[in-house]
Amino acid sequence: MADALLAVSGLKKHFPIKKGLFSRVVGQVKAVDGVSFEVRQGETLGLVGESGCGKTTTGRCILRLIEPTSGQVRFQGREVTQMGKAELRAMRREMQVVFQDPYSSLNPRLTVGSMLGEALAVHRLAKGAAARERVAELLTLVGLSPDHARRYPHEFSGGQRQRLGIARALAVSPKLIVLDEPVSALDVSIQAQIINLLQDLQSRLGLTYLFVAHDLSVVEHISDRVAVMYLGRIVELADRATLYRDPRHPYTQSLLSAVPIPDPERRKERIVLKGDVPSPARPPAGCRFHPRCFLAEKLGTLARCSAEDPELREVAPGHWVACHFA
Amino acid sequence: MTEPVTRIERTPAQLFWRQFQRNPLAVAGLAILLALYGGTLIAPFLAPYAENDIDRTRFYHPPTPLRWIDAEGRFHLQPFVHPTREVTTSRYEEDRSRRLPVQVFVKGAPYRLWGLLPSDRHLYGVAPGERIFLLGADHQGRCVWTRLLFGAQISLTVGLVGIAISFTLGMLLGGVSGYFGGWIDALVMRFVELLLSIPGLYLIVALRGVFPSDLPSHQLYLAIIAILAFIGWAGLARVIRGMVLSIRRAEYVTAAEALGMSRMRIIIRHILPNTLSYVIVAATIAVPGYILGEVFLSFLGVGVQEPYASWGNMLNQARSLASLRYYPWMLFVPGLAIFLTVMAFNFFGDGLRDALDPRKTPGGKG
Repeated sequence: MADALLAVSGLKKHFPIKKGLFSRVVGQVKAVDGVSFEVRQGETLGLVGESGCGKTTTGRCILRLIEPTSGQVRFQGREVTQMGKAELRAMRREMQVVFQDPYSSLNPRLTVGSMLGEALAVHRLAKGAAARERVAELLTLVGLSPDHARRYPHEFSGGQRQRLGIARALAVSPKLIVLDEPVSALDVSIQAQIINLLQDLQSRLGLTYLFVAHDLSVVEHISDRVAVMYLGRIVELADRATLYRDPRHPYTQSLLSAVPIPDPERRKERIVLKGDVPSPARPPAGCRFHPRCFLAEKLGTLARCSAEDPELREVAPGHWVACHFA
Repeated sequence: MTEPVTRIERTPAQLFWRQFQRNPLAVAGLAILLALYGGTLIAPFLAPYAENDIDRTRFYHPPTPLRWIDAEGRFHLQPFVHPTREVTTSRYEEDRSRRLPVQVFVKGAPYRLWGLLPSDRHLYGVAPGERIFLLGADHQGRCVWTRLLFGAQISLTVGLVGIAISFTLGMLLGGVSGYFGGWIDALVMRFVELLLSIPGLYLIVALRGVFPSDLPSHQLYLAIIAILAFIGWAGLARVIRGMVLSIRRAEYVTAAEALGMSRMRIIIRHILPNTLSYVIVAATIAVPGYILGEVFLSFLGVGVQEPYASWGNMLNQARSLASLRYYPWMLFVPGLAIFLTVMAFNFFGDGLRDALDPRKTPGGKG
């Protein structure tokens, strides 16, 4: 696709399990195991899944905060995984990240002003008075006061701290921001404020978001397209309306059935999955979802599901599903 | 920048000082330390005699009391002392019939201040040929106050220089070890364990053996610092490594990486400052350790040698039961000086830690 800002293909991250005196590798945790997707210029791609499904690792591999085991990450047509030190540093200006925990993501010993000033200094964007002006501008941009530059992180509330995290990411004027569960640690009322801020910034600055989350209603609100991950793989990818109206993958269906609907009159069928997510160190053979799949049970075609790994295929224009029976 | 003037601008240094002042013990500690270190700078002036001025007629002379009222009951504005004479061996008696007024800025032994300014003035003294021992004299008839001041030049700086060396070493090696991990970590930590596994006493003696036994005094001084610093960094490096291991997983470190900061910058600006509250306390507690380390070396007879004074060899000369019983000033004067220094460092360190912690700085909430 021509207008893809970011193209990920076959991305894998396997963490070795080491044991013993000489750190013998006894296995691999396949945190991310062959993930491919594209993020288009100016859109928000939601990446959802349960905890431990590899969505955070995917985000960090894209930024090369974790070195991917294999696969390609192309950002603006350039291969990120092959970049040398200098090139990577330059690339960091274009891609930024906002973290989940607004408490551990800010250095308690730096004032807001020096934290943001440092981000500017690293890429030699502004110095002295110009830097102070830019810091004030950034703080205003995220809904804080320029006056806050002198304060330390502990003087702010959780929501304000998350705004600071966003300001830090914006400091270098990036094109893409990986939002790693940016609202999961916040109160519901604050969540809405941050989401609105993010949407506002996107339209004003023309940002592109990769929005990682586990909360489906939040993702529905902010995303243009949504990718659902299960055990290190993408199982379904479609634009938001399609995915929420017509989920094809049984896992997506069960996830959506669990979203609470604020309407006491409406009753709905809840699909409750059996068992737990299998260990990513020993994923099931065939379709990774088959041991918990209600569809496989209903259809009675377990043989194919446990033998053959379903490809992510396009069942309708722009609607990709990894299931034999979708 | 349009900024409403709602708060008074304060620099970090002003904020730090405001917070520091809230702790009276810390301020007292700082005052004592300033006085002690200030005193060492002008020791030859504050001391009435030269460092090794021996008076063979006044061994073990007790402290001479300052007086204002003479034998006839008359008050004198200028304090004075009575001359003394030896009655039996090391027993002295005041001659109440004569007064020796204590003068200021008297001429005495010549010296060079900081090795540059020649002078022969001393803060106080009595008439030439007479003696004033405000804190007594030692077994060679040398003024204890004078020895204390000259000894402080060694004892007080051993700690500071030693800390500067061992903490730079410990923080950098511990920081690098914790941040990079892998074989660097293994190498540094095994070396640390090697150092820590050798009993301190043998290590000190063995290291002392590396240097010739008849070093000139200033080289000996450097050798002592080198020995103590070499032992001191290991324990700190291990603690710093542990702290760095946990801090490097903090998201603000990942954020710094995502911004493209260099690893050294991340270690120095983001990781090590967050170990500061521990390091400051550790340093202030370690300074007395160095002072005592020097005492220990001098006690073994391999530290600062006579005729040069250090608090260590002053204590060493007073370690007999007889001196405790008959000449307690020889023991208590350096002992109290060490006690005072150690306490001052501890209080100062406490206050410093609290004042440097941004979470405790007031004036933040608007």
